Amino acid sequence: MAEDLRFAEPGRPAVVLEGLRTYRMIAGMWIRSTMAYRASFVMTALGGALVTGLDFVAILLMFSRVDSLGGYALPEVALLYGLSATSFGIADLAMGSAGRLGTRVRDGTLDTLLVRPAPVLAQVAADRFALRRLGRITQGAVVLGYALLALDVHWTAAKVLLLPVTVVCGGVIFSAVFVAGASFQFVAQDAAEVQSAFTYGGQTLLQYPPTVFGKELVRGVTFMFPLAFVNWVPAAYVLDRPYPLGLPQWAAFAPPLVAVGCWVLAGLAWRAGLRSYRSTGS
Amino acid sequence: MDRESVVDRESVVDRESSVDAFIELDRVEKVFDVRKKTGFLKREVRRVRAVDAISFTVARGEMVGYIGPNGAGKSTTIKMLTGILVPSGGRLRVAGIDPSRERTRLAHRIGVVFGQRTTLWWDLPLIDSYRLMHRMYRIPDARYRENLDRLVELLELEALLDVPVRQLSLGQRMRGDIAAALLHDPDVLYLDEPTIGLDVVSKARVREFLRELNAERGTTVLLTTHDLQDIEQLCSRVMVIDHGRLVYDGGLAGLHQAGESERTLVVDLERELPPIGVAGAQVVKVEGPRQWLAFPASASAAPLVARIAAEYPLVDLSVREPDIEAVIARMYVERETVVPGAQSS
Repeated sequence: MAEDLRFAEPGRPAVVLEGLRTYRMIAGMWIRSTMAYRASFVMTALGGALVTGLDFVAILLMFSRVDSLGGYALPEVALLYGLSATSFGIADLAMGSAGRLGTRVRDGTLDTLLVRPAPVLAQVAADRFALRRLGRITQGAVVLGYALLALDVHWTAAKVLLLPVTVVCGGVIFSAVFVAGASFQFVAQDAAEVQSAFTYGGQTLLQYPPTVFGKELVRGVTFMFPLAFVNWVPAAYVLDRPYPLGLPQWAAFAPPLVAVGCWVLAGLAWRAGLRSYRSTGS
Repeated sequence: MDRESVVDRESVVDRESSVDAFIELDRVEKVFDVRKKTGFLKREVRRVRAVDAISFTVARGEMVGYIGPNGAGKSTTIKMLTGILVPSGGRLRVAGIDPSRERTRLAHRIGVVFGQRTTLWWDLPLIDSYRLMHRMYRIPDARYRENLDRLVELLELEALLDVPVRQLSLGQRMRGDIAAALLHDPDVLYLDEPTIGLDVVSKARVREFLRELNAERGTTVLLTTHDLQDIEQLCSRVMVIDHGRLVYDGGLAGLHQAGESERTLVVDLERELPPIGVAGAQVVKVEGPRQWLAFPASASAAPLVARIAAEYPLVDLSVREPDIEAVIARMYVERETVVPGAQSS
């Protein structure tokens, strides 16, 4: 493109801080407004937990027929499930609203965000911040709790420390996927379905052990689209199991790096998307 | 690739805009590539010049109407002025700020009302949107309260503050939107079709408010509209855009001359008579004892009336102002015949 598109916007750290401030402000307002209807909030949160809990019930039903899935016993699959569901729940709570970007581009409401003195991504992501999505996190955490109680592993300090780090990093990785998907919607406004394939689809995939999938798929999910670091790799360390694809031992501690890398890429994608929107208006 | 006719004016030193040129556009253009599928993988790229080398300045405190047919480039211009869109070429300054480069800094100086889209949070009570604006724009508490009180009173919003925006009528929502755009005391207010879809009472209320705002606060107002009454009642200056070009910039009266418009004299006679023959006017319609005479908008009606009164049994008469809509339509038609030849890039 020949057009000069260098924007003298505030430096990175300033934008991130402004973004967090904006996010807190908007999300806070939505929380206050949902809390006005406390009963309805509790009901929808519970409903969410029950519905998302159904796919763990599906796994339980499978285990009523078989003793292991891809060599993983029920508590081990529960660990995978719990890590993946909790991480995804966190990302969905924080960034789920960004998935509506395509709609905002189509109906023109994105313009109304661009005339405000605040980062657009924060405005998009915090819009309709819904605490009821806590239901999904709760449900994931319950399964995770069950797994920790039922697992028969030799706990070390490293393993104990790794679990919360994994959950947080998983949330960050999934958030980056949400942002990348939203960025793609600048170009293809009806790509919300494609995004769901990666977010919801990825989450479902991760609920099962890597050993039940083909090598090609596992390779893609590890290197191209690094969801394997949400749970597969760290869980393999906790469970003393062989790593998928024969990754080195330290790979279990890579999630923070992977998370940062994912966000850098997602941030660049977002900038590129917004830039293209501002030069084409569509 | 496509490095066609992009004027790089980066070398021009940013001078702080003078008081009398608050909004400055110098040969601003916006070129879009419109892609059309022509085959399985083939795409035809067509270059559309939505805004074509437009130049104008607006002084602080002016109230300007920006009109033109659909797709003429009005909204594109507004989007560049607010920093939403990045111009393809030319120089653009609002309050000394380059909108596309310093979008967030500019946001503190401007207020924007989109007639067809609300800037309010749809599912939340009106007051919540205002509270958010308060914090987002970092408006000092005292000033926020003062502005809110004033706007609530002037725009009669008191009873609506706790109502979710989605439950407001179009007119109520528009008033709510205008208040939201003014809480941070912007120097300039852009209104994109502010009266679209409003009933007569709401329109009058919005116009009344804008007049007062401009008179008392000296807020610069730029409005696009389809409703020419907006222009007649609010703006001393009109800019007409067509095919991305500015085809008229001046007073409302001048617009009539430019469009060669005519006023109409409606004459009621005592009885049916043959068409009145009088110099400087022409009978365009006869209906029983009533006759319609057209005469140039720039001419005075007085001598005409005197002559008719002297020669005919006159009962009553009235003068009708020209229909601007027709005037502008005529201007568009004229342009359309000119533009194809003039477009060379």
